[in-house]
Amino acid sequence: MTIQDTSRIGSVARDAARNDRPALSARARKIRRLPVQKDWPLWAIITTQLSILSGVIALWQVAADRGWIDGFFWSKPSAIYATLITFFTDGDAFIDIGFTFRSTIIGFLIGTAAGSMLGLSFWWSRNYAAIAQPFVICFESLPKLALAPLVILVFGMGLASKVAIATALTLVVSTLTTYAGVKAVDPDQERLFYSLGASRLQVFRKLIVPFCLPWIISVLRVNIGLALTGAIVGEFIASQHGLGRQILYAGQTYDIALVWVAVFVLSTLAVVMYVTVSWIESLLRKGVKQ
Amino acid sequence: MAALGKLRLDDVRMSFKTPSGAFAALAPVTLAIPQGRFVSLIGPSGCGKSTLFNIIAGLLEPTGGRVMIDGADATGTIGRVGYMLQKDLLLPWRTVLDNVILGMEIQGVPLRAARDRALPLLRRYGLGGFEHLYPSALSGGMRQRAALLRTLMFDTDVILLDEPFGALDAQTKLQMQEWLLQLWSDFGKTVIFVTHDVEEAIYLSDEVNVMATRPGRIVETIPVPIARPRPRSVTLTPDFIAIKERCLELLTAGHGTAVGEAA
Repeated sequence: MTIQDTSRIGSVARDAARNDRPALSARARKIRRLPVQKDWPLWAIITTQLSILSGVIALWQVAADRGWIDGFFWSKPSAIYATLITFFTDGDAFIDIGFTFRSTIIGFLIGTAAGSMLGLSFWWSRNYAAIAQPFVICFESLPKLALAPLVILVFGMGLASKVAIATALTLVVSTLTTYAGVKAVDPDQERLFYSLGASRLQVFRKLIVPFCLPWIISVLRVNIGLALTGAIVGEFIASQHGLGRQILYAGQTYDIALVWVAVFVLSTLAVVMYVTVSWIESLLRKGVKQ
Repeated sequence: MAALGKLRLDDVRMSFKTPSGAFAALAPVTLAIPQGRFVSLIGPSGCGKSTLFNIIAGLLEPTGGRVMIDGADATGTIGRVGYMLQKDLLLPWRTVLDNVILGMEIQGVPLRAARDRALPLLRRYGLGGFEHLYPSALSGGMRQRAALLRTLMFDTDVILLDEPFGALDAQTKLQMQEWLLQLWSDFGKTVIFVTHDVEEAIYLSDEVNVMATRPGRIVETIPVPIARPRPRSVTLTPDFIAIKERCLELLTAGHGTAVGEAA
């Protein structure tokens, strides 16, 4: 009885499906085309970008002139431009830029190099790696900038303390990334080397280091940004030179135009360093891969 | 001394400690292989073929027994035999030529001399024109060729091949078998060849060792008295089929679950 019932329901359902099919496709199925985006030519993109930029600057100027925004707190493009000129002609612009640039680069180099070596060193002993790992992770999760006042006390007001903070920020990133590379080495690849009678040093030099190079290179761009952050924070806390010190000083004296100028110069410096490091990175990548 | 064999395994045992007690990966295995022989190992997964290879290559210390090469104890020493794993393990940052000389380089042969020695071989054995390419530009078959030449250029008398053609398509596999036999007759190496493919084992070898699991052991050594060079059609002759039947019988005996893997 039940068997008959279900079989009948089944056949009814099948008939219904068969009858519905043309109607369903005509009604419910929408005809769509693959969405295609048309790419603008490069000049159109750049023109638009420049228009937006000049639009914002013009609006800022007009708003400050008409009193829509408080010109004292926001400053305005014309005042900023005038300050920019004096900053470069009368002030210590190049001393400050040089100071920030130097502490960033030195910290970046020391942090990246030492971090990569530390990461690679974990390959040599699993015990050593296991012992060191919690310390490294602690140091990573620690907000290192919170230690900046201590660093200034220890290393003084000069370049050394800024370098130290920049180093601290970059070191951990390099260490952990390089160690991730070390752990990603195929154990079979190591077995192959040992089956050929290789020594530990040979495996390290001919397998581990070249294998980890792309990992080491991949953090360069991140690290240059971190190093700059470290240097600026160091200058914020106590310094006699640097763009960070200029920003802080200008803010404290309500020289808002100078704040903008220093921020603008700092951004330019950051972009120049970022582009340079990206370029070096692509060169290294080419050298490593092919 | 030569009669005793190029490579001899004396009661080689291996057991691993597991949470549920000791697990015997290899029951005592005894095997003697004369110089220049081509010997195959076949068996179901987990029969200890790879363990045996690792022990011979010195990458694993056996629980007991000895590995003798040229009559001297070579247990636990590395760099005595050429070992090729199923993966080609070519270094992506080295050209084919520089990959092939890796063994010589590790043994301290100057780079220039090693390259000079490897170049003519690459050209003679089908890698001409590929010497200065990177492995990523090569097909699977070509990569295996490079890996095999790397093993040969390491210049040891004994070479271990662990399923070298396991990942290749059927067509390429047949070509590679012919190519391997060519190399073997040119170089006169002693070869131990692990495979899951019974036909491949018989076609290539002088002797097929059938292994079984739990514990891993050699259950029978079957000689292959078929004259070389062997035409492809040899696989259809009654002699060949008889050997194949015997192998399959051993592989399936008491190991119902292993049939699929063995075939």
